[in-house]
Amino acid sequence: MTNDTRSQSANKPALVVGVLLLIFAALVGYDASQQTITSTYGVGPTAMPYVVAAGLAILGLAHFVVAFREGLPQPEDADSNALLWIAGGLVFLIACIGLGGGFIIAITVVFACTARGMGRQALAVDAAIGFVLGLVIYLVFAKVLTLILPSGPLERLFL
Amino acid sequence: MDTLLSLINGFGVAFEPAKLMFCLIGVFLGTAVGVLPGIGPALTVALLLPVTFKLDPAGSLIMFAGIYYGGMYGGSTTAILLNAPGESASLATALEGSKMAKAGRGGPALATSAIGSFVAGLIATIGLAFLAPLLVELAVKFGPWDYFALMIVAFVTVSATFGDSPLRGLTSLFIGIALGLIGIDKLTGQARLTFGVPELLNGVEVTTLAVGLFAVGEAFYVASKRFRDPEEIIPIKGSLWMTKEDWKRSWAPWLRGTAFGFPIGALPAGGAEVPTFLSYSTERKLCKYPDEFGKGAIEGVAGPEAANNASAAGTLVPLLTLGLPTSATAAIMLAGFQQYGLNPGPLLFAEKPDLVWGLIASLFIANVMLVILNLPLIGLWVRLLAIPQPWLYAGILVFATMGTLAVNGSPVELGMLFLFGFMGYLMRRYDYPVAPMVVGLILGPMAEAQLRRALQISLGDPMILLENPISATLLGIAFLALVAPFVMKGLNRFKAAED
Repeated sequence: MTNDTRSQSANKPALVVGVLLLIFAALVGYDASQQTITSTYGVGPTAMPYVVAAGLAILGLAHFVVAFREGLPQPEDADSNALLWIAGGLVFLIACIGLGGGFIIAITVVFACTARGMGRQALAVDAAIGFVLGLVIYLVFAKVLTLILPSGPLERLFL
Repeated sequence: MDTLLSLINGFGVAFEPAKLMFCLIGVFLGTAVGVLPGIGPALTVALLLPVTFKLDPAGSLIMFAGIYYGGMYGGSTTAILLNAPGESASLATALEGSKMAKAGRGGPALATSAIGSFVAGLIATIGLAFLAPLLVELAVKFGPWDYFALMIVAFVTVSATFGDSPLRGLTSLFIGIALGLIGIDKLTGQARLTFGVPELLNGVEVTTLAVGLFAVGEAFYVASKRFRDPEEIIPIKGSLWMTKEDWKRSWAPWLRGTAFGFPIGALPAGGAEVPTFLSYSTERKLCKYPDEFGKGAIEGVAGPEAANNASAAGTLVPLLTLGLPTSATAAIMLAGFQQYGLNPGPLLFAEKPDLVWGLIASLFIANVMLVILNLPLIGLWVRLLAIPQPWLYAGILVFATMGTLAVNGSPVELGMLFLFGFMGYLMRRYDYPVAPMVVGLILGPMAEAQLRRALQISLGDPMILLENPISATLLGIAFLALVAPFVMKGLNRFKAAED
């Protein structure tokens, strides 16, 4: 353990988690204070949120203590390029579904971007695989499970 | 006698062709995901939840249980041949198993783990069948206060046992409980934490959280550290079969492993890691050839493998009788029950005996299927490891998206999936356990409802929780479980070191 070198300065990730927990606690507590419906007897809908808010606040403060002691485990270096590829694919997915681009195009992009993020260098091939996968899933859902996945211009060609 | 009759009826259900089919699919998928490193039964069941909600409840649950059992069998293959345990339950197996494989005894190692799993699974499932009705009889007498106390026990033990730090476990749990507050309060109609977003009025879907944390989070995590050296598969040399000597050295560890696994799996603080390591260290002490340990002793494979399978059956005892999940997979299976409007517990045994006993009976069938699938087909399972990882994880993300869209196709839901996925990644990175969050989301609203019901009965007097012997005892246990890890730091170190 290399505790002596790290105990000098606060552990940043633990501080960030602590702050986030306090913000979350404040949010839960504030929301409970704004509620208008109360119960006639017993405990109302605000009791549990206050308990949870208190719990979150205590955990947040405990993270500050941890930050000045052992800190959170030191993670290995992350490959941020890989993360960006996958996250980019998922953001496109949300936009594509939200704007009516349809399921198949969204899946094509998610598959290709994830495979790329995981280290494959054949974007076109993976996109083709993703397209076929999306098409098959769409048709199986539509015909076998009678469940229509989000449809765009492409999907309408097949129905 | 009643138990035997119920069980025979259960077999009647489980032997229906459709149920057999579900069982076979379950054990097949379970073995596959058990073999693939990084993909466990919890992730698989989570991925399947959204696509099975239109299917027959009994069939789907039989399939989920098959995945759970299959995952325990399959995990040993990777542990032995790759020295890369597929899930934490097979960490102990890898210690001696990979040494045996390197010494050219991979075949007998796989055989003793498959047969040991079979023996353990069979004994533990018998244990489940006979223990469950007894617990149900006890649980029928439970009042709302007892259920509330029981859930507190679950909260504490789940967050203290998953992962190495109680602080991080509790943080994960409380975020889960807070997420459970979102939506309309069922007793009064008050909207909580919705901030005017209509999609949030129905609350956070358990499946969205589970798929996000387990599947999307895992994909991010694996992608972020893909620089690691590729693992090498040790080819199986020599005979697959165990010699007479192997049998003689295996049977006692199987039974002892079962004796560790089943009761510990059934405890709220159980899980599969503790009994597997207990079994490993016991076999090491009892072994007649102590110098073989560390070089590939068959006892070190037989015991832990039996223990992890027995613990899977043990986990089902509190899940079925009390609705208490004690492992990550059990938590997701509970979500599976809930998506059909079923609440595991004593009532389920009374109202849906066919379903419960059919499920228990199918576990026996799953065990038989698994030992048949595992031994002769071992070559096929090993070939699974050749699937390129990028395609595997791209496929998982496609499946996750598909499931979320099938249940609720709104961009808000997809956004939550993505958000939970990123949270799952960060939690893995900083070693926060994800399972307590899912447990918090599932049990949080139930605990709140039970507490409010209890306080309505007592006209607002909280002492009712301490005046009843059962709830008072349970709250005492919860308190001890919460304080113990802080007092006995040594206990914690033991677990941290084994990982």
